[in-house]
Amino acid sequence: MAGLSTVFGSGAMSNSIEEIEDAQTLFVIGSNTTEAHPDIAIRMKKAAKNGAKLIVADPRKIPLVQYADLWLRLRPGTDIALLNSMMHVILEENLHDPSFIEERTNGFDDFSRGLKEFTPELGEKISGVPKDDIIRAARMFASSERAGIYYTLGITQHTHGTNNVFSIANLALLTGNLGKESAGVNPLRGQNNVQGACDMGCTPDVLPGYQKVTDQKVREKFEEMWGRPIPDKVGLTSTDMIGAMIDGRLKGLYVMGENSVLSHAHMSHTIQALENLDFLVVQDIFLTETAKLADVVLPAASFAEKNGTFTNTERRVQRVRKAIQSPGEALDDLTIIGMLSSRMGYDHVRKIVQATGFQALSSGGRYAYPEQAFREVCFLSPAMAGMTYLRLAEKGLQWPCPDQDHPGTPFLFKDGFPKGRADFTRVSYEPSRELPDSEYPLVLTTGRNLYQYHTGTMTRKSKAIEAVAGQAYVEISSTDAEHVGIGNSEMVTVSSRRGAVSLQARVGNIVPPGVLYMPFHYAEAPANALTNSVLDPICRIPELKVCAVKIEKSG
Amino acid sequence: MINLTIDERKVSVKEGAMILDAARELEIFIPTLCYDPRLKPYGGCRLCLVEIEGMSRPVSSCTTPVAERMVVTTHNDHLYRLRRTILELLLSDHPNDCMVCERAGDCTLQDLAYFYGLRDNRFRGEMRKFEEHDANPFIQRDMNKCVLCGKCVRVCDEVMGVNAIDFAYRGLSTRISTPYEKDLDCEFCGQCMSVCPTGALTSKVWAGEGRRRMDVKYTDTICPYCGCGCNITLHSVRDRIVKVNSRADNGNKGWLCVKGRFGYEFVNSPDRLTTPLIRREKNGDLEPATWNEAISLIAGRFEDIRYKHGPDALAGLASGRVTNEENYAFQKFFRAVIGTNNIDHCARL
Repeated sequence: MAGLSTVFGSGAMSNSIEEIEDAQTLFVIGSNTTEAHPDIAIRMKKAAKNGAKLIVADPRKIPLVQYADLWLRLRPGTDIALLNSMMHVILEENLHDPSFIEERTNGFDDFSRGLKEFTPELGEKISGVPKDDIIRAARMFASSERAGIYYTLGITQHTHGTNNVFSIANLALLTGNLGKESAGVNPLRGQNNVQGACDMGCTPDVLPGYQKVTDQKVREKFEEMWGRPIPDKVGLTSTDMIGAMIDGRLKGLYVMGENSVLSHAHMSHTIQALENLDFLVVQDIFLTETAKLADVVLPAASFAEKNGTFTNTERRVQRVRKAIQSPGEALDDLTIIGMLSSRMGYDHVRKIVQATGFQALSSGGRYAYPEQAFREVCFLSPAMAGMTYLRLAEKGLQWPCPDQDHPGTPFLFKDGFPKGRADFTRVSYEPSRELPDSEYPLVLTTGRNLYQYHTGTMTRKSKAIEAVAGQAYVEISSTDAEHVGIGNSEMVTVSSRRGAVSLQARVGNIVPPGVLYMPFHYAEAPANALTNSVLDPICRIPELKVCAVKIEKSG
Repeated sequence: MINLTIDERKVSVKEGAMILDAARELEIFIPTLCYDPRLKPYGGCRLCLVEIEGMSRPVSSCTTPVAERMVVTTHNDHLYRLRRTILELLLSDHPNDCMVCERAGDCTLQDLAYFYGLRDNRFRGEMRKFEEHDANPFIQRDMNKCVLCGKCVRVCDEVMGVNAIDFAYRGLSTRISTPYEKDLDCEFCGQCMSVCPTGALTSKVWAGEGRRRMDVKYTDTICPYCGCGCNITLHSVRDRIVKVNSRADNGNKGWLCVKGRFGYEFVNSPDRLTTPLIRREKNGDLEPATWNEAISLIAGRFEDIRYKHGPDALAGLASGRVTNEENYAFQKFFRAVIGTNNIDHCARL
């Protein structure tokens, strides 16, 4: 997101899900869409049936490949080499959009100089994609009127993840594929409300609505509303928190609905960090691997037990409605936070509620009902100012929605970028931090499968899902399997410099030789026991998609 | 726009629309089994037959495009008898076990039999006796109840591109089959089941509790899994989720994936946390506590840490799983109440 904010002044999917069906070219890179975003994949398959060109760039033979016109099987971590050489071809063959570049962008000259060296030959050498395919992909993408790029964590979870995103933005700017329908730069968000968590200011540098904590005017606005001073110093990212726990700067942590032990890179490091805390609070619906380490565990309500809103990957704010009561004494997170705020002496909610024009039924630090908090958000973040629960009731609304009469915004940048002109960024290729060597000769990449979800806290409670996808596995190419002497379904041990896990081998042709793949859902064989926690310097995302490992038959 | 007359009422619709679409615009009910506006026109069940002035035989309205000045009749005695006979034929080898059928009350075939008053059947004869032997954990396939409308085959092809099933055999042996009649092995999105107009495709996940009944409450909400934001409808009985489906008129057109459709069991899992837990001694066990005790302890310890080490010694991890309102309140708690910007969530993971 930091990458896109830097380029455009806004970080979210630029276009809408519905528009996918009308695209002329779809470029899917670092996204196993059919498994991680099945509903979006339905649209992509429809587009392909309607005649759109589908380009898939992925080291794995993901299910979407069978619908693709062109599959670019790049080596893990070489996206920039591929994208730069595609752009080299686009410039060379004059397929770029000079008027768009002239009118709406900055930095083209420097950027284009940086592309000089990235010939398709160099692209092939680094990424392993045949140069003719690079040329075909470049032509296919650049010669269509409406071409959209779709990516997920396959792009971002690298030490050069931000540069990968810059590179994708460059491609869209170069071909003028922004500010119109069925095009754009589209990061597909992996969780039901991860877009919302960003929008709500759950990041260390911005307040709700992407308003910077370092901006005094912004702080004053929030301080007036909240009745408390707001620190001007940017806080720690989740990945930096781990380091701060280890070196003792962080003493207390409050985790709401995250299973950090399984989701963070380098699991033993994460556990060590959490154990080093003086005080850990975990609020969740289950006793997760993380909750087991806590000093206090608070029972929370599930999505079916509360009212509120989720914001999906296309910026659509939609209503969540309560169907049932929570079990036992479990409470929704809003109530819990309210209780804690009140107990710590915060009593400003009544005043705020009055200021936003709502009846003040609340007391102390608590909201009486979720729409009070929602009104407060909309009051403070201009992009959501026109939203109310009533307006969201039917189909939700896509931000920006600045006033009560605004219909929401299906695609962004129609009339320009929030920061005026968008920036090209000169990006050079850097290899991943930990590459295979004689001791750890294979690359491990991680991800999801269709059936399980994230750390499995929810899906692994489903008997039917467990029946089809209950066992942890590692994918290995038949070439490598033969080399190491592993048969399909045999138990193997995969190890890296940070840990080892035992699980079943799936021998086949999904991964290329030299690459292993593991989903990270399984606590009994956690992929993140192996992954590398080295971070992207800007986004602070760990390099979950590339680390060096070895594989052996379990003894 | 094309102007035509249906049952002596005038209507104008887009060029290329089918007669059935035009009739639905006028809210004229024409029975169908194989029609779904989300799929390509098919014309398999023949229930939607209508008469067009100047044409000698009835045509299926779901596959006949409208034409300028067309005059259509959707209901008369002849059409009624045709439709009733078609239904009678379909029911002649139907198990008629509605009393125990999973889809009773939510079955197009049953509704039509009711509207056409089909108690007796003139066409008694051989019955289909397919064996059920599909061990997949999600979808119950009872081909004896299948009316061969082909919706499941088409949704699997046209929408999912998976092609896990197709028509097989001929005549009375015709059935929808997997390759080599093996167990269903697909993505288990359940789209086939969601479009099935009879009890041929039902779910094993909610077998025995998903049937329409008076005490089921329906709640429209959003799927808790990935970022697509699919609309789902929770079916609950008291405090238990008994089934999930999705309305065809929403953003995701009613299509879901295996997680969204079948992955709701966690909500009513016996493993849910039901009371606050506190570790009263270092290295001791987590023990049940009251809310008052838990909140007091947290407030006290947070204040203590803040007093000794400053607010930046505390941090919060919000979540891509909870609502906007809760995330908002959480970051506000850290910034306004604790006094630190050490707040982040799982977007990086």
